[in-house]
Amino acid sequence: MSLSVSLFHKAKHFKLDIEFSASQGITVLFGQSGTGKTTVINSIAGLFRPQKSNIQLNEELLQSSHSGKFIPAHKRRLGYVFQEGRLFPHLTIQQNLEYGLRIAPNNAKGPNTEEIAELLGIKFLFKRYPRTLSGGEKQRVAIGRALLSRPKMLLMDEPLASLDDSRKAEILPYLEQLRDQFALPILYVSHSVSEVARLATTIVVLESGKTVCSGPANMILSNPNLVHQIGIRNAGALISARVIAHHLDGVSELETSGGHLFIPLVNTNVGSLTRIRILAQDIILSRDFPLKISALNVLPVQVSAVRKGTGPGFFVQIKSGTDHLLARVTQRSARNLEIEIGKKFYAIIKTVSIAQTDIGIDQ
Amino acid sequence: MIDWLEPNEWKAVALSMKVSLWATIISLPFGIFVAYALSRWEFRGKHVINALVHLPLILPPVVTGYLLLLTFGRRGFVGAWLEQNLGIVLAFRWTGAAVAAAIMAFPLLVRAIRLAIDAVDPKLEEAAETLGASPIRVFFTITLPLIRPGLIAGIVLTFAKAIGEFGATITFVSNIPGETQTIPSAIYAFLQVPDGDIGAFRLTALAVIIAISAVMVSEFIASRTQRRSHSSS
Repeated sequence: MSLSVSLFHKAKHFKLDIEFSASQGITVLFGQSGTGKTTVINSIAGLFRPQKSNIQLNEELLQSSHSGKFIPAHKRRLGYVFQEGRLFPHLTIQQNLEYGLRIAPNNAKGPNTEEIAELLGIKFLFKRYPRTLSGGEKQRVAIGRALLSRPKMLLMDEPLASLDDSRKAEILPYLEQLRDQFALPILYVSHSVSEVARLATTIVVLESGKTVCSGPANMILSNPNLVHQIGIRNAGALISARVIAHHLDGVSELETSGGHLFIPLVNTNVGSLTRIRILAQDIILSRDFPLKISALNVLPVQVSAVRKGTGPGFFVQIKSGTDHLLARVTQRSARNLEIEIGKKFYAIIKTVSIAQTDIGIDQ
Repeated sequence: MIDWLEPNEWKAVALSMKVSLWATIISLPFGIFVAYALSRWEFRGKHVINALVHLPLILPPVVTGYLLLLTFGRRGFVGAWLEQNLGIVLAFRWTGAAVAAAIMAFPLLVRAIRLAIDAVDPKLEEAAETLGASPIRVFFTITLPLIRPGLIAGIVLTFAKAIGEFGATITFVSNIPGETQTIPSAIYAFLQVPDGDIGAFRLTALAVIIAISAVMVSEFIASRTQRRSHSSS
């Protein structure tokens, strides 16, 4: 599967000049509000026609301003989950779910209504009408409806943005399952770093209508030169870790490529693979191995990149085993410790600084 | 059941019903189409079309009737063509009365449906499209069900207006008992003769009953669709 997109559109106060490609897994279009993310995803869906465009999905050319080709939205077979659900108010939940299924070509295979309802936990809603549903329920139905139209790819435009944190936490695991259980590629628009960190396989960073860069999730998140786009306080990289034990005193022990990691007890089986986001400002660097400290995690690391900010901050990319992490220290500490590429340190990470929402289940 | 009406009066009532029913039926598809175009499409000359649709509401009915006579009369350019090619004659026939009523009620029909379409969020139609529905399918499965209350209001309004139409009708198709004499024309005819008051009064009472029944039927249908669809938003 591959989607390649190039768009150009110029309006009065707005210019879009985008180029990226997406493959398996979840590709996240990341950027602040007003960077044109929705316009990009609408163009791919065929709901907006930019002045210049070339969009290709696998072997099929969806649109090309060069040849004038433009496949209308209803023939693209791209499932679209909108920010506000957009359920049909005059249809029951079951009718909503099966709206696209009735139209989908017979040879399009995929999970049936039962399986989707099971996966999303919405079976008990079948007979009800959308207006009686909570925001989280509506969004799950919207996801199910899009999946049941048997799409070649799923487009999601900030599907969690209108929900509060507990609703988000309720839906995120479903999205992880979607990513890992179906071979359905997903293009996901978001401005929330924590969502991105949980879900993304690939990240495309947009800024004022332009593609800044794109790459595998952790390569982007651990790049000290992109902290401006990510947001300094939100900056932080991912470490992949396998659960090896749950301890009775409330911590789970995980194995990473650079050593063992203790995190707050996580609700998943021993053996499952997780991705853990560690915020740059939660990492302490030490030249010597620290003795008698409260923090449970001390990983030997080596500096692989540095970036001096304009403020007091200093970003250090460190390598722990095969994983890259990002640490944020002050210019003063960087000077005192003589932080430079190649130098070895110990990264100290407090267990309690890792929030449950920062722990994603990969498999 | 109808022996309190004179045969002529009964004919007027039956004719009024027939004319109004046909006026509503023939104008409905055009009304939906024009309302949809005015609500959803941007095209050159939209303002002109909008003004033309509303013209019968603003012009004196006699003027509309006279224009109809000029166009659809047997020597009018459309009327002559219709008679030669399709054998349809409108002037001084009940069919002409139906056309006159339909045109006079058209602005009301279009207005009611257009407001209903304006209220339908185009984002829902977009969502249906991304699920694979063609524009025609979107219209019949999303737009039409969502405008049902407005549609019913438009139909009732059209029917009621058609029942009451007088000026354009009498100008275009005259006042021929049994052919073009509807309830209002019959009342008018009664008032032209001495001792016609009784007949006029009976027809007036009947017109009131028909109007009230129409409103009640529409309320009933609307409340039923409301319950079924739960579409309050």
